[in-house]
Amino acid sequence: MATVNEVCRLVRSKNAGPYWVTVDFFFKDAESYARYARSPALGGDTFARLFGADPALVKYFPVDSLHVLKVSYPRTSPQGGEVERDMHCGQQYVRLLDIELD
Amino acid sequence: MTEPKDNPSKPISVLVPAGSLGAGVREDEVAYGIAKGAMVIASDAGSTDSGAAYLALGISKNNRQSVKRDLEIMMKQAWAAGIPIVIGTSGQAGGDKNLDWTRDIAVEIARELGIRPKIALLRSELDKATVKAKNAAGRIRPLAPLGALDDATIDACDHIVAALGPEPYIAALDAGADIILGGRTTDTAVIASYALWKGAPAGPSWHAGKIAECGAQCTEKVEEGAGVLLRIDRDSFEVEPLSTANRCTPHSVSAHMLYENSDPFRLVEPGGVLDVIASRYAQIDPRTVKVTGSVWEPKPYTMKLEGASSGRFQTVMLVGIQDPVVLNNLDAFHDRMLGVLYDRVHKAVGEAARDFHLSLRLYGWNAVSGDKVPAGTPAPREVGVLFVATADTQEMATQIAKACNPYFFHMYMPEHEEMPSYGFAFTPADIERGPVYEFRLNHVVECDDPMELVRTEWVDLALEEAA
Repeated sequence: MATVNEVCRLVRSKNAGPYWVTVDFFFKDAESYARYARSPALGGDTFARLFGADPALVKYFPVDSLHVLKVSYPRTSPQGGEVERDMHCGQQYVRLLDIELD
Repeated sequence: MTEPKDNPSKPISVLVPAGSLGAGVREDEVAYGIAKGAMVIASDAGSTDSGAAYLALGISKNNRQSVKRDLEIMMKQAWAAGIPIVIGTSGQAGGDKNLDWTRDIAVEIARELGIRPKIALLRSELDKATVKAKNAAGRIRPLAPLGALDDATIDACDHIVAALGPEPYIAALDAGADIILGGRTTDTAVIASYALWKGAPAGPSWHAGKIAECGAQCTEKVEEGAGVLLRIDRDSFEVEPLSTANRCTPHSVSAHMLYENSDPFRLVEPGGVLDVIASRYAQIDPRTVKVTGSVWEPKPYTMKLEGASSGRFQTVMLVGIQDPVVLNNLDAFHDRMLGVLYDRVHKAVGEAARDFHLSLRLYGWNAVSGDKVPAGTPAPREVGVLFVATADTQEMATQIAKACNPYFFHMYMPEHEEMPSYGFAFTPADIERGPVYEFRLNHVVECDDPMELVRTEWVDLALEEAA
């Protein structure tokens, strides 16, 4: 059973404008990328469960040359609102680290 | 310094001194770039990243001295070299007040240096009537996740800006500007503008602009140096760090397309889409990367709108807690306190509090996510508890905080044998935080002419001094 944290050398999250968050999964090597980048465990339902995102709007961009999977999802409330806890979303990736991929 | 447009026979060199004006331009790096043939210094000066307050209030995120210091280094060296300076998104948000603030700094520097630049101001703030008219004409489209725009939302905004493309910069360069201070502009457009003015191909110009928009962020050692030098050629561009101790690699450059970008391959800009899906990144010397295959697809002209509003008001309090009774049962403590505080406000303030909101964030436990912590997680050494009251007015938010104060300070848990007193950091304990600032627009406006929504003004110090 491999977790995101075990098969990626870096995972980061950041705001992409006031309404979107983007997460970059930098896989350790070509093999990990090939095996896990399309894992159903990273599907829209996971982003719905963890971040309240509409699964139909979650966007996926595999970047083969970098062994990176980029996932972008809309925020449930716009940046800086009354209930803001992470203005730049730079901490949001942490909740993805323990996801089991197979 | 107006020069005719031509097909460049030599590469166009663009010096990007830092990721943002005020972030820390380095004098030696600018000198290095100019010595290597830089033809322009280009930088953005802001972003939406830090939230809506800067547009809503028309203020900078950076302190004035940091911006002045950076701009002074650039102006001194650019004037001596006879090359222009182009700055986008002046004053953090690029509204008129942000632009005026930056203009005043530039004029002050010019006087101190005894130089007389011709300064163009490109205003991109829109009045509400213009936005409503465009919307009524069906020329404003929403971007996900927002829906169609209505007049009430337009009215709610304190300031609205449209992100400029390169055309107003090109027009100002044509008119002989030494310094261009832009309102809100896409980061990419401001850096690409000079090369496009010189007739460089659009694909490499735009892609170079994107790669350099955060300065040395596209280099291997991001902490080593502030800026980069771009060389845009007939069918490619090169990027080199301005610090000789740093290097670019195909990985560092191509990975920058991921940064703060929801789509790493296709970037929507005013008047087109930059497509880098076929781009190739090659190391051509130990410090320099060459990029080929970047494509620009022209599209009908659109500009992205940003609007910021100030909403309800917040008052905050902070305590630190090391009491083991609390730390050993933090989730119960949170839920109990939130219930106690809501009860207290209902009783002590009543209907006057209207639909107030309370939030408790346990720093050291789960403040960043607000999610329940997995069972079995060990108790932390301490937590900081941030209390946030939100209400219709600042006065009411503070009245609510004051009503909560004794309970936030002393709330018992069942195991407490005597009244606890949690650790306030300040007196008075309540801090008025001001309004909540939010972005309200995620829309694009269609334009028949790229100059349609732009107002260009000039501050020509040469004329002023001569008069």
